[in-house]
Amino acid sequence: MNAIRTEGLTKYYGRSRGIVDLDLEVCEGEFFGFIGPNGAGKSTTIRILMGLIQKTHGSAWVLEKDISKEKEQILSEIGYLPSEAVFYPDMRGRDLIRLSAELHRKDCRKVSADLCERLQLDPSRRIGELSFGNRKKLAVICALQHDPRLCILDEPTGGLDPLMQREFFEILKERNKKGMTVFLSSHILSEVQRFCGRAAIIREGRIIASGSVEELARTNAKRISVRGNFDPSGLPDVRDLQKADDSTSFLYSDDINLLLDRLSRQRIMDLSISEPDLEEIFLHYYTEGEEQV
Amino acid sequence: MTIFRHELRQGRTALIIWTVSIAFLFAVCVFLFPEMKGEMDQVSDVFSTMGNFSAAFGMDQVSFGTLTGFYAIECGNILGLGGALYAAMCGISMLSKEEKGHTAEFLLTHPVSRTRIMSGKLAALFFQIMVLNAFVLLISIISIYAVGEDIPWKEILLLHLAYVLLQIEIASICFGISAFLRKGSLGVGLGLAIILYFLNIIANISESAEFLKYISPYGYAEGTEIVTNISLDGVMVVLGMLYGACGIAAGYMKYNRKDIL
Repeated sequence: MNAIRTEGLTKYYGRSRGIVDLDLEVCEGEFFGFIGPNGAGKSTTIRILMGLIQKTHGSAWVLEKDISKEKEQILSEIGYLPSEAVFYPDMRGRDLIRLSAELHRKDCRKVSADLCERLQLDPSRRIGELSFGNRKKLAVICALQHDPRLCILDEPTGGLDPLMQREFFEILKERNKKGMTVFLSSHILSEVQRFCGRAAIIREGRIIASGSVEELARTNAKRISVRGNFDPSGLPDVRDLQKADDSTSFLYSDDINLLLDRLSRQRIMDLSISEPDLEEIFLHYYTEGEEQV
Repeated sequence: MTIFRHELRQGRTALIIWTVSIAFLFAVCVFLFPEMKGEMDQVSDVFSTMGNFSAAFGMDQVSFGTLTGFYAIECGNILGLGGALYAAMCGISMLSKEEKGHTAEFLLTHPVSRTRIMSGKLAALFFQIMVLNAFVLLISIISIYAVGEDIPWKEILLLHLAYVLLQIEIASICFGISAFLRKGSLGVGLGLAIILYFLNIIANISESAEFLKYISPYGYAEGTEIVTNISLDGVMVVLGMLYGACGIAAGYMKYNRKDIL
């Protein structure tokens, strides 16, 4: 069963591009990463799925329900964590949590109390007095207290300190094990690499690659690190060249024999060939252009 | 019901401040009446020399020396303008404040349709107007009783009914406009209420501009005419309610399709 499916989903803001012909499939129970820099279309995609903005054309289904026709049923089964956690400044945290539960028509007192304790949030304080990090914690509680089937997170960790980030992902992993689908939009690639099974990369409103995080990382590009006197100039497809005193590091995606031939003719002291991390892959996709894994 | 309660909580302070302020001014005005009554001869002479100015405020039709005349002019202006400004302020910010304060994202990502959100907010808007008017009426009646005057029930109830209708019309139009705004322009609402007030003054001064009475809700909420005729102009009231209904309908249509950015 698909938790999210889009077909040719397109959004234009007047003449400006939001997303173009976006095809996406997220299976139920997945921990899915949605990667792209600011302005790539991540938030536009999420806002269409949440019913905040209207699509220009295309189709989208969330939990097998059409977003144009069954918005309320969809929203009752989704938890949403916005990138900007902005609430009513005069309300107290506990009143906001209760309002969110009432809008879901659920008694979530036990879960919310547990989440407040785990995230170390004092819900009796007024929202206007809370730091951005504490407002983010409030948003996390509102997103999770009603036990959603799908949780959509838009840049979730901004504002949370490292300890809270760890606790937050711990909660997400526990929920994911119990069957909750997680759709994590982020430009922090280490987050996606650590927690997500599959991911899609979006660039200028289009999906340019999607697949398992392992598959995405397994491109022909390799990170070559050489210690000793080595000059890679003349080799094809050398990118991200970094030179230090006696070491050279670069991404290489052409014929490996060409590289070995060149290496054998020069005096080197050490050599390592490794899979690049997702950050490097991300740059690779952004410089290479469209490539479907 | 959740949205309704939430909205009432959000608007509680403003409601209290406006209600107490208007009621206080009402009470002060009524308590001034016995003194005014004694000086009526001089006041009437003054107004008779003011020509169009008296006509603008309907002071050519009633006597300041009677409680109903005094009430229609003095108290009418306080509630007519004060109540309208409150209604405009509430109406114009009802939907747009959520976008201005970036809280629309929170509200609209819960399983509640936009139609239900709007209905809850609209009900809260009308309820607040009713609370303000009920309290002001109560204070007014207590004040009249306290100064030892007979309470002209029919005139007073009709006057207050007209002001409730006026506020509902302005609030409804502003509510509709609110759906089109993103930054909660309070000035638009307050400006609209003041323009409508002055349109009626222009209609009172110039015969050729009398049609403006059919545009401004102050046309049917003209206190001096109400206490003179002891009735409301049905055509103007129906037209006014129609304008309000159009405002609400436009608001519903717009907000249901609006992109929340």
